[in-house]
Amino acid sequence: MDSHGNIIEVKNLKKAYHDGSDTVALKGVTFDVRRGEFLAIMGPSGSGKSTLLHLLGMLDEPSGGSYHFEGKNITSFTGDELADLRNRKLGFVFQAFNLLPRTSVLENVKLPLYYSNVPEEEWEPRARKAVEDVGLGHRMLHEPSELSGGEKQRVAIARALVTDPDVIFADEPTGNLDSKSGKNVMGIIQHLNEEHGKTIVLITHETSTAEHAERVITLLDGEIETDKKVRNRLTPNDEYVK
Amino acid sequence: MTWKHILKTATTGLSTNRSRSFLTILGIVIGITAIMLVISLGAGAQDLILGQVQGLGTNTIAIIPGREPTGPSDVSALYSDSLKPNDIAALKNKANVPYLKTIMPTVIGAVSASYDSNAYQATLFGGTELFADIFDLHPNNGEFFTADDVASQNDVVVLGSKVVDHLFGSDDPVGVKVKIKGRNFKVIGTLPPSGGGSLFNFDSMTLMPYTTAMNYVLGQKYYNRVIIQAESDALVSVTADDITLTLRQSHNITDPTKDDFTVQTQQDLANRLGTITSALTYFLVAVASIALFVGGVGIMNIMLVAVTERTREIGLRKALGATDNDILSQFLLEAVLLTAIGGVIGIVLGSSLAFVISLVLSKGLGVNWQFVFPWSGAALGFGVSALIGLIFGGYPAHTASKKSPIEALRYE
Repeated sequence: MDSHGNIIEVKNLKKAYHDGSDTVALKGVTFDVRRGEFLAIMGPSGSGKSTLLHLLGMLDEPSGGSYHFEGKNITSFTGDELADLRNRKLGFVFQAFNLLPRTSVLENVKLPLYYSNVPEEEWEPRARKAVEDVGLGHRMLHEPSELSGGEKQRVAIARALVTDPDVIFADEPTGNLDSKSGKNVMGIIQHLNEEHGKTIVLITHETSTAEHAERVITLLDGEIETDKKVRNRLTPNDEYVK
Repeated sequence: MTWKHILKTATTGLSTNRSRSFLTILGIVIGITAIMLVISLGAGAQDLILGQVQGLGTNTIAIIPGREPTGPSDVSALYSDSLKPNDIAALKNKANVPYLKTIMPTVIGAVSASYDSNAYQATLFGGTELFADIFDLHPNNGEFFTADDVASQNDVVVLGSKVVDHLFGSDDPVGVKVKIKGRNFKVIGTLPPSGGGSLFNFDSMTLMPYTTAMNYVLGQKYYNRVIIQAESDALVSVTADDITLTLRQSHNITDPTKDDFTVQTQQDLANRLGTITSALTYFLVAVASIALFVGGVGIMNIMLVAVTERTREIGLRKALGATDNDILSQFLLEAVLLTAIGGVIGIVLGSSLAFVISLVLSKGLGVNWQFVFPWSGAALGFGVSALIGLIFGGYPAHTASKKSPIEALRYE
């Protein structure tokens, strides 16, 4: 474990794409994330915020710099080690929900357990509890096509929770939702942070969404522009304005 | 991830794309069906032919004049007049061939038989009263000629069913005289139709004592074939050797490669026909395998499309902790499951078709055809189809496993 209570420490993290355009998406960012912190990363399109989330979520490899997760430098980890770390420590919520079609809510939520070391007899009760925790106990055997956008995103949150991860990465989780559903989803995420101590890293381009966080990092052209505490933080029950 | 869960994941993947899964395996189904059909029918044909050959009696030995032709140009070997009456005498001598039970010289020729204004080109087959026993012939009208008829060179004939039809229509021919080579022969019996598919078809034959045939019809002093029965099946090869030695002696042959006769046992004939039908079956299986190969390419094509289509799913699974191996196993197993299911359907379909064909042949056409379920073919078909899944699913599965999670998630 790290000495500073930091779960994530990145130094001079860079990402360039060598796909012919040689785009530099991240020019070198340095910051820490405390365990239990609720961090929002903001910025306009092309500012590098998605790239940063993918690097933090160990879905992509940085071109330079270092990334310590729980004190361990993960840039030297193999693909299988990273897959294991993602499975045990990280949860993901995507803008496009990314649920498996024609597969029940319960089975969708079970999915990460297939790749885990959790004993099989715990799968069913764990998945059921996660679905109930996001308020979809009555939708257990429905398929994603039968759910509203907000319900789909809650299933995705349940899926992120089922392995009891330390950090939840949310990539524009309200981007495809109406304001009421968006408020509901942000309420759940904030609840996870405050009541269950989950570290949250949220990406958004909406100021109102970012105000659920304790801290906001703003990116511009692949660099950190600002890194501030949120003064008038919203509560889970505050009116959500899109 | 355990195999049980990989299996579950793979079956879920297949069942969510049911119609495409079905179309994908169609090529494999057709290929395996064709192979099963060919193997089953080949085995049935082999049984039929062997059954007929053995129906002649496995203790039967045939002596054919001339040696076995060494090649297509070795025509002289085919036409030989080497089997003469003194050979029969030598073979009948118990000192030479102790286990000889019966011996029947035969002659064969083409003749025109006529009655009133009707004429028919028939095959003349001359033999002895043993004909009936050796070839299992039973006249449906009249009777067969006797040893007396043979000894006295009587002008008697037994007619095959087609000869009767052409010359007499529905009239009763027994007792009537037919004309062959300007000579009158009394019809003493007729044979029932042999039925389709028989190896020895007597329908268009006229049978008469070989003595009569040689002296009054064909005018030849040699035999076209001598048929011998050994005392038992176990004594066939000893007897065949004795015959060879006896004939060499009576023909003054010292160099076995200069034999002017061929001794053929029913077992030889069965083996040879078996080899031919096997070769034919192998050839057809090879042709059907092309269908299977095309089916395999179809599998690869569809799996590649599936991998592209399911790029997001692959990315998601990787984000949730799936390793490259998990993804590889999942897609590989999907391909193998597809082809194995295709194989099973093909096995069922192919053997059902073969069964229907055997019913049509045996009940509809009266051929003595037995349905054969080719267990070896089924095992082969199943193994091959699963292997095709491994081979043709391998590349797409590898492609899937190497997708970077983020490339995969970003894919629209």
